[in-house]
Amino acid sequence: MYYVELKNVEKSFDDLEVLKGISVSVAEGEVVSIIGPSGSGKSTLLRIATLLETMDKGELYYMGEAAATMGPDNRTVYEKPVKIKELKKDFGLVFQNFNLFPHKSVLNNIIEAPVHVQKRDKKEVIAEARELLKKMGLEDKEDYYPSQLSGGQQQRVAIARALALNPKVLYFDEPTSALDPELTGEVLKVIKALAEQKMTMVIVTHEMEFARNISDRVIFMDKGVIACEGTPEEVFNSDNTRMQEFLGKLQR
Amino acid sequence: MAFDVMLRQLAEGMLGSVLIFALTLIFSLPLGLLVALGRMSKNKILSGFIGLLISVLRGTPLMLQLLVVYFFPYYLFGWSISGWRFPAIIVGFSINYAAYFAEIYRSGIEAVPKGQWEAAQILGYSKSQTFMRIILPQVIKIILPAITNEIITLVKDTSLAFSLSYMEMFTIAKQIAASNTTFTPFVVSAVFYYVFNLLVAFVMRHFEKKLSYY
Ligand SMILES: Nc1ncnc2c1ncn2[C@@H]1O[C@H](COP(=O)(O)OP(=O)(O)OP(=O)(O)O)[C@@H](O)[C@H]1O
Ligand SMILES: [Mg+2]
Repeated sequence: MYYVELKNVEKSFDDLEVLKGISVSVAEGEVVSIIGPSGSGKSTLLRIATLLETMDKGELYYMGEAAATMGPDNRTVYEKPVKIKELKKDFGLVFQNFNLFPHKSVLNNIIEAPVHVQKRDKKEVIAEARELLKKMGLEDKEDYYPSQLSGGQQQRVAIARALALNPKVLYFDEPTSALDPELTGEVLKVIKALAEQKMTMVIVTHEMEFARNISDRVIFMDKGVIACEGTPEEVFNSDNTRMQEFLGKLQR
Repeated sequence: MAFDVMLRQLAEGMLGSVLIFALTLIFSLPLGLLVALGRMSKNKILSGFIGLLISVLRGTPLMLQLLVVYFFPYYLFGWSISGWRFPAIIVGFSINYAAYFAEIYRSGIEAVPKGQWEAAQILGYSKSQTFMRIILPQVIKIILPAITNEIITLVKDTSLAFSLSYMEMFTIAKQIAASNTTFTPFVVSAVFYYVFNLLVAFVMRHFEKKLSYY
């Protein structure tokens, strides 16, 4: 059983076809990186997978349970809100620009959702949150507000916030793109540690070395299709012309 | 007229002004939020209608609106309007101020980045939970200076209740001034409005400080 399964996803914004039939399945413990040029539809795919955006055609499953399937009129039909709400518990998303809640302390950012959405015991959640902060190297920052932290620290808080809900799948959309180069390392290290603990992850990134190192599988997207897919070795050494062109551009 | 008698009469007027002020805030602040939400509704008819309403309320004099609210039960339905004077003032002020506050709320809500909604949505918050727990606290901080301006205007606007001959500060000051041919009540009422607004500014600054923790 796949943890997440996207089948033949198609999406247009008005006349612009952004996704033209994309299928991605991720198994337990797998780390999948999605790379590709700007505008190729990577973010849109993540937004569809995380239900921030709806697809026109295609299907979406979490843990084998349908969130969206093809209807009789050849368009996607989403499940009822109760079901969707249930399936939302299966994934988390880390944004490029963190999107921490500025009016809440670091600790409260992390415990808000477990306490107020999942109605879990506050003491227990706080203990877990402190564990997470420790893992992120932020144990001394729980009373800080996001604006008092560096970008790298904010992103690590955002990762802790996502992990506090115990998601099955964690998505990242360019988690280090908003960071100064000297701060990307600390975030990538945290993600690498998660990969070593067999956290199931889908990571959109422009950090090629990183993608190469931690991924079980790399997906190269171009113009709304998967142009090339496989192990890091296969993809980075592929003779796919678009992939070659993309890597060539990056090196320049 | 002795000064202390005059002061006592004016003090009664102050009470009226403060009452209009307080009740208007109590009703118009929440009402304004509801109006803002209606204005931002996806339902085009609702948002269009409320948009029109807001523009009429902001585009016509408050004094005129007070007169309309006061007299419409009589002219429209032939009802007696005795006892309606004070409620009419509160209704008129509240509706008018709700329109102004609605636009302030709206700008504040729109100023909160979309990413905040999305982050909350991913964390499993419902729409209303997101609004109450995540968005509104940020909105309040954003709009506080604009709200302060409106509140200061409201202090001065309470004098418009004279148009319905309600015995607030300014109405009484005018009466005393006319019957005693003296300028003093105007000076006293100016001092009153000014001190009232100093107080408002002080309280609002306190709120702003309280919210400046982030
Ligand atoms: N809400 C939207 N409305 C209209 N067009 C959109 C919307 N979201 C994305 N697009 C368009 O869809 C295309 C794909 O965008 P997307 O953000 O998925 O690309 P991306 O691969 O994530 O790019 P980048 O590497 O720059 O983040 C772009 O041309 C973009 O302008
Ligand atoms: Mg993107």
